[in-house]
Amino acid sequence: MNFKIKKILPQIVTLLAVVFVFGFFTFNAQVNMDNRGIEFGYGFLSQESSFDVQFSLIEYDGSHSYARAYLVGLLNTLLVAFIGIIFATVIGVIVGIARLSPNYLIERTAAFYVEFFRNIPLLLQIFFWYFAALRALPLPQDAEAIFGVFFLTIKGLFVPRFVWENLDIFFYSLIAAIISIVVIRNYARKLQESEGKQLPVFSISVGLLIILPLLTFLIGGVSLSFEMPVLEQIATTSFKYTGGLGLPPELIALTLALALYTATFIAECVRAGIQGISKGQKEAAASIGLTPNQILKLVIMPQALRIIIPPTTNQYLNLTKNSSLAAAIAYPDLVLVFAGTALMQTGRAIEIVSITMFTYLSISLSISVLMNWYNKSIAIKEK
Amino acid sequence: MLTINKGKIIMKTLKQFFSLIATMMIVLLIGSETMAAKKSKTLKNTQKKGFVRCGVSQGLPGFSNADASGNWTGVDVDVCRAVAAAVLGDASKVKFTPLSAKERFTALTSGEIDILSRNTTWTLSRDADIGLTFVGVNFYDGQGFMVRKSSGITSTSQFKSGISACTNIGTTTELNMRDFFTSKGISYEPVAFEKADEVVAAYDAGRCDTYTTDKSGLAAQRTKMKNPDEHIVLPETISKEPLGPVVRQGDSVWEDIVRWSLNVMIEAEEYGITSSNADSMKTSENPAIKRLVGAEGELGAAFGLDNEWSLRIIKQVGNYGESYKRNIADPGILPDRGPNQLWTKGGILYVPPAR
Repeated sequence: MNFKIKKILPQIVTLLAVVFVFGFFTFNAQVNMDNRGIEFGYGFLSQESSFDVQFSLIEYDGSHSYARAYLVGLLNTLLVAFIGIIFATVIGVIVGIARLSPNYLIERTAAFYVEFFRNIPLLLQIFFWYFAALRALPLPQDAEAIFGVFFLTIKGLFVPRFVWENLDIFFYSLIAAIISIVVIRNYARKLQESEGKQLPVFSISVGLLIILPLLTFLIGGVSLSFEMPVLEQIATTSFKYTGGLGLPPELIALTLALALYTATFIAECVRAGIQGISKGQKEAAASIGLTPNQILKLVIMPQALRIIIPPTTNQYLNLTKNSSLAAAIAYPDLVLVFAGTALMQTGRAIEIVSITMFTYLSISLSISVLMNWYNKSIAIKEK
Repeated sequence: MLTINKGKIIMKTLKQFFSLIATMMIVLLIGSETMAAKKSKTLKNTQKKGFVRCGVSQGLPGFSNADASGNWTGVDVDVCRAVAAAVLGDASKVKFTPLSAKERFTALTSGEIDILSRNTTWTLSRDADIGLTFVGVNFYDGQGFMVRKSSGITSTSQFKSGISACTNIGTTTELNMRDFFTSKGISYEPVAFEKADEVVAAYDAGRCDTYTTDKSGLAAQRTKMKNPDEHIVLPETISKEPLGPVVRQGDSVWEDIVRWSLNVMIEAEEYGITSSNADSMKTSENPAIKRLVGAEGELGAAFGLDNEWSLRIIKQVGNYGESYKRNIADPGILPDRGPNQLWTKGGILYVPPAR
């Protein structure tokens, strides 16, 4: 009985303290807001926002509501986080493995990259990529086409837009390919376990992924054409591209800076993970006749991943949160659009900041949950 | 003879007695704050701290700009200096807090600053909605556009769809821009930065075809460009932007002090009182002038200030014309005062009489 009280009492006290502190802050804020004649409420979300946003994934202009503006900012944040995480992971894994290369030049280059980019404040890097790139890039009318189709200019990267016909059939073929790959992999594993035969699963998978969608072009009536960006004059020395797909330079600079910065940390995670596996594992695997590729795939990586995933999750979270530095270079993310312009136009500081904080919290927790689930799936399953 | 002498002595004693009581009352009053100071928490706190807490811009030449050694100058800065001269007796006792457009109102409502004098447009929703009170206008402005000379654009009527426009976030500029382009049926790309310096850098680099903000701001930022002569400000004004100091809602005495500190500067110009001739104006024939320099009336008492508060403003900061000339005209930002001329000289500066 006594033991039980000892166990529960500190928890109750802590809970009360937390409730009290939050209660006090809420009460204090309420009193201060009352004194200054500020009303609290989320009604403003349905009001017309009356400001425009440079870049949006969904249809939006000033006649839409503040709630819609919030969604625009949220999607832009998710977009930059998503692209950034993909690039950071790819660069990070390559550089992490390169740091363990026996080749002196490759190893030193990778080490230099890591030390250089992780030791400069991110905000400076963002400014560097944005303003350095802006100064270096040509005006639209002076831009040379890259591979004849891309135009990298001070006003952004303009690429041809895909124009599809019967896109749905193409997608069905992709899904069919993925399902058949899963089936074949399972069959191959069973085959190996029962008869010791190996199927060339990788080649079959790649083949399926290419052949099935290709068939839809030939007999399924799917067609793909390109809409090229066209230069258009809007004043004597002002030009712009119409048509095609335009990516604003702000998005490119931000993604580049975030990916290059976060990749350095991911590279270190990868290096730590691989180095964390004892040499004996590799030697034992070699001694039973596995090829170097199989050693990496079947012995080293499954164990290394357990070390790599948790700190890499942190880096993914960091990248997502760091994307809020977008405000400095005018990329319309959640902080710039919602906690910036919308906050200023409505003056609803507490409401908007709380929504923004809650949103970032939700994004971070979602990434955490996803990565924890993945981590669990590769963890040692003790019997 | 003797009786007269006696009477004189009694009178003298009485006089001394009364003046003693008067002195004691004054000492008591000062010791335990004046009535107005009691009513105004902000005034009380300011006098206790010994400096005025003033929010300004992060650097807008002519309005609020710090030099290399951290001295702030500008017409917005002068409003805060005038308040410091009035309530503390020393125009230099101001603590300036540079604020972005986004931070400014929160800084004021949360009590971090007591005056926001940061080229802020007076609008209905700001005044009524978010715990702020605008006290007056110290600069009549309007939104305009800057373009490169080489673009060949000389009027906003030549704007075409697809034009990209750089500006600041969190300002009325963003809203006016939308109103303007939407009403003309022109599609545009808004590129909105948090800080003015980055807007200028991006526009200067060629990211945008036009840079839009208040015309005074355009004129001031133009001086920061790599090559100012390559840029022109278009003649059209697309909005009314009355800029003025702001205080927190709910302290009407403080509100009055800031309002009248500004008004005194403008009225002093109207009557030709300058920082150099203010003392000699005490002997003027005109009672309005005498009131402004504290030689007549009790204008300060209503705020709980002494009678020379306005004289100190004029002597230490100068009148509005002096402030304008020193900060905006002489550096070549906007030599022509335009609407910011006195009503008696064709402008729209017109303040209620200080009496």
